[in-house]
Amino acid sequence: MPLLAAYTAEEMKSIFVMQGFAGLSLFSVLLLMALGLAIIFGQMGVVNLAHGEFMALGAYMVYLCSELTHNQFPALAPYYFLISIVVAFVVAAIVGTFVEWGMIRFLYKRPLDTLLATWGLSLIMQQAFRSIFGAREVTPTLPEWLMGSFKPTETIDIPINGVFVMALSLVLTGLVALFIFRSRTGLHMRATVQNRAMSSAVGINTALVDRFTFAMGCGIAGVAGAAFTTIGSTGPDSGSRYIVDTFLVVVFGGTGSIVGTIVSSFGIAQGQSISEFFLEGTMGKVVTLMGIVVILMLRPQGLFPSKVRS
Amino acid sequence: MKKFYQNVFGGTQGMIGIILLAILLFAVLPLTLDIFRLNLVGKYLTYAFVAVGLVLLWGNSGVLSLGQGIFFGVGGYCMAMFLKLEASSVENTAIQSTPGIPDFMDWNQLTQLPAMWVPFKSLPFALLAVVLVPSILAFILGAAMFKRRVGGVYFAVITQALALILSLGIDGNQGLTGGRNGITDLRTLLGWDIRTQSAQYVLYFACGILLIGCILLSRFVLSTRVGRVLLAMKDREDRVRFSGYDVASFKVFIFSLSAGMAGLGGALFVLQVGFISPSLVGIVPSIEMVIFAAVGGKMSLLGAVYGTLAVNTGKSLFSETFPQLWLFAMGGLFIAVVMLFPNGLAGLWESARDRLKKMKAQKRPEIPATGSVAVPVPAELAETGGKP
Amino acid sequence: MTVKKEILLSIEDLTVSFDGFKAVDSLNLYVDRNELRVIIGPNGAGKTTVLDLICGKTRATAGSIKFKDRELLGMQEHKIVRSGIGRKFQTPSIYENLTVFENLEISYPSGQSVLGCLAFRRSAAVIERIEKVAEMVFLKDFLEIEGAFLSHGQKQWLEIGMLLMQDPELLMLDEPVAGMSPAEREQTAVLLNKICENRSILIIEHDMEFVQRIAHKVTVLHLGKILAEGSMADIQKNEKVQDVYLGH
Repeated sequence: MPLLAAYTAEEMKSIFVMQGFAGLSLFSVLLLMALGLAIIFGQMGVVNLAHGEFMALGAYMVYLCSELTHNQFPALAPYYFLISIVVAFVVAAIVGTFVEWGMIRFLYKRPLDTLLATWGLSLIMQQAFRSIFGAREVTPTLPEWLMGSFKPTETIDIPINGVFVMALSLVLTGLVALFIFRSRTGLHMRATVQNRAMSSAVGINTALVDRFTFAMGCGIAGVAGAAFTTIGSTGPDSGSRYIVDTFLVVVFGGTGSIVGTIVSSFGIAQGQSISEFFLEGTMGKVVTLMGIVVILMLRPQGLFPSKVRS
Repeated sequence: MKKFYQNVFGGTQGMIGIILLAILLFAVLPLTLDIFRLNLVGKYLTYAFVAVGLVLLWGNSGVLSLGQGIFFGVGGYCMAMFLKLEASSVENTAIQSTPGIPDFMDWNQLTQLPAMWVPFKSLPFALLAVVLVPSILAFILGAAMFKRRVGGVYFAVITQALALILSLGIDGNQGLTGGRNGITDLRTLLGWDIRTQSAQYVLYFACGILLIGCILLSRFVLSTRVGRVLLAMKDREDRVRFSGYDVASFKVFIFSLSAGMAGLGGALFVLQVGFISPSLVGIVPSIEMVIFAAVGGKMSLLGAVYGTLAVNTGKSLFSETFPQLWLFAMGGLFIAVVMLFPNGLAGLWESARDRLKKMKAQKRPEIPATGSVAVPVPAELAETGGKP
Repeated sequence: MTVKKEILLSIEDLTVSFDGFKAVDSLNLYVDRNELRVIIGPNGAGKTTVLDLICGKTRATAGSIKFKDRELLGMQEHKIVRSGIGRKFQTPSIYENLTVFENLEISYPSGQSVLGCLAFRRSAAVIERIEKVAEMVFLKDFLEIEGAFLSHGQKQWLEIGMLLMQDPELLMLDEPVAGMSPAEREQTAVLLNKICENRSILIIEHDMEFVQRIAHKVTVLHLGKILAEGSMADIQKNEKVQDVYLGH
């Protein structure tokens, strides 16, 4: 275990910066996953334990696009990645629509049952990935411009893909926030969350709003999957690696708050990244998770609780 | 005495259920299965301890815990620690650099037994720990969460996180816990070799008896006022506070009780199977134990046993012939139980029984069932036609 | 000879604000022992909120509520109940999956801790009390029926019965006859007048005819403050009250 005293001040600074950037990649993935889950949970009180599998679905779609492009249309190679992000979003959203229509909408009043049913769905999706893509991990061929890193100083090494992923996350978060708070559909979504009966009475088709919301949450998870391909390889159980963290991020931030989700995912990702460097592998994650759980027990409503009269 | 019969054994019907289960466990299975398969059934029965606890916690109180593997594992590790220490006597470990300590500690260059392990040299301590450590752990966790009104989905996912934390923590500390491989190579309990066939028979029967004991204990608890408070809590938690009850303390009680049972199951697992590892503690086993209870019928204590046996039997049959299909089937089972069979096997059994009764009753003229009951008007008002 | 009135409940400067909106604004209210007080007022006046604050369902922002000289603010709900306050909710709040008998039994005020419940026995005294209360609330023949199968009016009576089991010194009722037929209202009026004895009662109601039958003293709330207080006759003549609520 590396001792703090063994590093010079200069080296410590570099470590923090680099771990900070490693943390930023994790932050981006967590943020995108949490955003999708927060929207679904905040909107409908549904915890989708298969959310990680929608992320994996997006990642696999990027892999498929990569294979398709490089085998059939090599000329498109430099452009495919950005297109595949859109494909990931669309496919995940479509699958999400079917899942909501076929299963979730029957379980709205039963949140504990939704947990179990979505866990079953995650098992089915994982096995489907295993059967279709194989048990070994796959990686899409990443475009040239995502490779490498730039070095602002001698000791600091910042990978480009990390910066790209972060930029993608912030842009998407901004778009989602804009959509929810400025568009008509977003207005319908917010109305349905705050007063379902009344929204229905004024003509909002709340069932469609729910379906749309769920699909959107899954689509965002798909984009998280696309982002994930730039920092790691994809296997059938890649999704289950982040589901607990994602849920803790959502609850820690305070459900119903986008700012909370951002702050919370940043804090948790950085906490994990930095503690992982100083403690052996899994203990870093253990310490971070324990910290979050303890804080949640002391403050169950999260960092930015919604101030609605119950 | 009659009350005791009614409460603990559930009257005639309940008694028949227990007797049928006893016949299955103690007569039918031992006579029809070879010792290898009977030992497997014994393993499944240890999972049933957790499922019975979930019937109390989830079925009757509405509190879903996705982390019961924590308590199963803690109980198992307590038992394993005692057995490992016995198996690591100075003679057995003479070839180690430090004899007298478990092998994995030796591999990790430990020269002394960690303080945490020392009390487990004593069997009475280990036996008490098997039930008390999980219960006390549940008491602390439960008090921390229930007093702050953390419930429902939040509680479920936090228990899941705790299961993850524990399994990772065990995994990452090989010197202390045996790490990912767990604690293995267990041999004797106070000199009695637990690996022999006769020992396996004895342990199987002990397991069955203790399981039925837990069911009777649960029946007793549910037959007291506690049972009715729990049902009310499941229906309307807030209202129960206004009836004068400290809801949190009831939840803590039932959580601790279910944890103690799970711990006992874990210890019996270690005795019958001969090892424990973090793979029995984490997220996946914990949520599987929920499905055992769900398939049996989450409000039925006997159902929990049948559900556990059914799912695990299916699992081993499927995994042998169609391994790829098993996860599909398992996932489908989760969805089917939630959407189609919310009362599990017990529910199917009861509706079959009701249909039989109806068929018998059809010989008599049908009395139409009334939905709402008419309001009786007292005599004084009836005379005056409703006016004062 | 003047009967010395004892103040059972004293609310002083009670305020609760939700994000700036003051649902209850510096309210002062006093209820004597064995008094029957009716609270009326337009919707949104803060009537239900006052009951919520007393029984601990909502936290106050400022002020004090003293019951028998003990401060209630900050106390947990079940402790407030055990100190002698009972609340009936606006929508009938009974335990649907328990029978009428079990609903009444669960409200029996002794042995309510975990250990107490494990040791609790359905003694002859308990059964007798349950049967007596069931008779008072017209449910003697329905003891084995599950709560879910009762009519709306019967659910209201069962809830009143559950409160009677608790035998509180202060009984709070939120629109006890809402949704009842005229015959049921009659019976409820008779019932309430009977259980009034040896108890203070705080009632929120809209049905003026009903209020007239039972009220001793009436308090009118408006916008979280007291608009007027007095006998029914005084209130009906009060111009401010007519403007805001009763109509001319």
